[in-house]
Amino acid sequence: MVALSHRLADRGIDRHLFLLVPATLFVAALFIYPFCYGLGLSLQPAQGGAFGAYREFFTDAYQRDTIMTTLKIALPAALLNVVASVPIAYKMRGRFRGKRLLTTVLVVPITLGTVLTAEGLLNFLGPTGWFNRTLLAAGIVDTPLTLTHNYTGVFLSLVITGFPFAFLLVLSYLSGIDPSLERAGATLGAGWAQRFFRITLPLLAPGLATTFCLTFVLAFSVFPSAILVGDPSGSTRVISIAAYEAAYVRYDYAAGSAAALIMGLVELIVIAVVLGLRSLLYTGTTSGGKG
Amino acid sequence: MTRPRLGTWFIGTAVTIFFIGLAGVVGSVVVNSFGTRWFDTWLPEGFTPDWYGQAWDEFTLLPVLGVTLTVCLLVAVISVLVGVPASYVLARRAFPGRRALYLLFLLPILMPPITYGIPLATVLYKYGLAGHLSGVVLANLVPSIPFVILTMTPFIEQIDPAVERAARMCGARTVQIFTKILAPLLIPGILAATILVVVRTVGMFELTFLTAGPDSQTLVVALFYSMSAAGIRAQQSVDAMAVIYTAMMLVLLVVALRFVNPTQLVARVKDDSE
Repeated sequence: MVALSHRLADRGIDRHLFLLVPATLFVAALFIYPFCYGLGLSLQPAQGGAFGAYREFFTDAYQRDTIMTTLKIALPAALLNVVASVPIAYKMRGRFRGKRLLTTVLVVPITLGTVLTAEGLLNFLGPTGWFNRTLLAAGIVDTPLTLTHNYTGVFLSLVITGFPFAFLLVLSYLSGIDPSLERAGATLGAGWAQRFFRITLPLLAPGLATTFCLTFVLAFSVFPSAILVGDPSGSTRVISIAAYEAAYVRYDYAAGSAAALIMGLVELIVIAVVLGLRSLLYTGTTSGGKG
Repeated sequence: MTRPRLGTWFIGTAVTIFFIGLAGVVGSVVVNSFGTRWFDTWLPEGFTPDWYGQAWDEFTLLPVLGVTLTVCLLVAVISVLVGVPASYVLARRAFPGRRALYLLFLLPILMPPITYGIPLATVLYKYGLAGHLSGVVLANLVPSIPFVILTMTPFIEQIDPAVERAARMCGARTVQIFTKILAPLLIPGILAATILVVVRTVGMFELTFLTAGPDSQTLVVALFYSMSAAGIRAQQSVDAMAVIYTAMMLVLLVVALRFVNPTQLVARVKDDSE
């Protein structure tokens, strides 16, 4: 008995591992079990056999199209947030006065949350809001632009909540790249474009992939903003609305679980593709020669 | 570091536009919450603080705030109690299945809340846990425990294991090492993680929305209901409530920023997602 416990301890198994038990139990009971339960539910629809709920989801255009609608909102929003963060973070990575203030202000939208952002967008961009009022007063447009209760509103709400998040991540990645690498490039006669595209960007690319994934997860689960600033029965009927409606409006738990699982699967596929591309990139130290 | 002036100018414009938009979004809510009648003018006809009183009475804001506070504190305390020991093992030990376990803890953070929220709410309703406070707390623990684990693991890795070995040499038991050695060293990290969990839980809409009953709504869910039931409530009083929500979040944020630097914070998150 002693010998066995010693042998196990050599491989790292000892009673300290009991400390992991509560957390593992929680995640197993509240995440894994519901997932399996949901999978089971989705395979037992009231009619149509084991895969009835899935077949119904993919044959009904009203349900099937929600996948494309979600991707059409989430992918461009995540992409814009990441791409716009790069030059701005690049410009701001040094030390300057007010940097702390700026990062603090940038965290504000993260804490606003989707609901308040939606409320603000409805007020600000609405037909009589300040934005349209300014455009009308300046004579740029004749009639107020329709910016809420459609795709634009949801997109903007995702930019407002997602951009600061992406920016802070990109900024922290950029700060991790040793500036002496670029200075070495400059000494050897590289212009700013060469330095950026041949030194900084390749080192930054894996970080950008991770940032994209995390921003995409945020954008993919647009639920409140798609309902409040969007057009929840038309152009912004995202898959989370379809899942919610199935489960809590129609009380068809099989269809609801099926939609939720399809949603998770689509998201994981996008993440897997991005991370797969990322593994083709350079991943290693970003801190220069002496490491 | 000489770059073309055009690029600087362009970036400055982009940032300015973003901040103007942000100020407009927040500002219009704040102004509206103090306004009397505001239809087709730049500013409301008059200003009044009455909407706040009305929001307070009409939305029964006091119980809602009480629920929000209770849920956040319970979630934060439980997730720290459960998460920190687990992150200690993950930070210090190499054992078979460590990577798989790490992935297991990463998944709830990578998944959109709605995806696991719907099956989770179904399970909680089945066992009669949803519809009141315990269901909301349980649902919010799902992303919070992994979040604590992922933020605390690098924190614990920073602490020199020699300190613990020395304590063990002197005869300290694991419990004593935790309470006398690690806990004091980990206080800043635990505080940061607690505040972040509170901020996330205050803002967590989907999970609370799916599991809350009429008397266990947090502020953000109550806000959503009053907004989506437009026409029943005066918009100004909804806005007043939104301002109260923002003010609460800002207080939390300012407290949080005393303990953590936002760029370091995400740098830590970055390491976790590798």
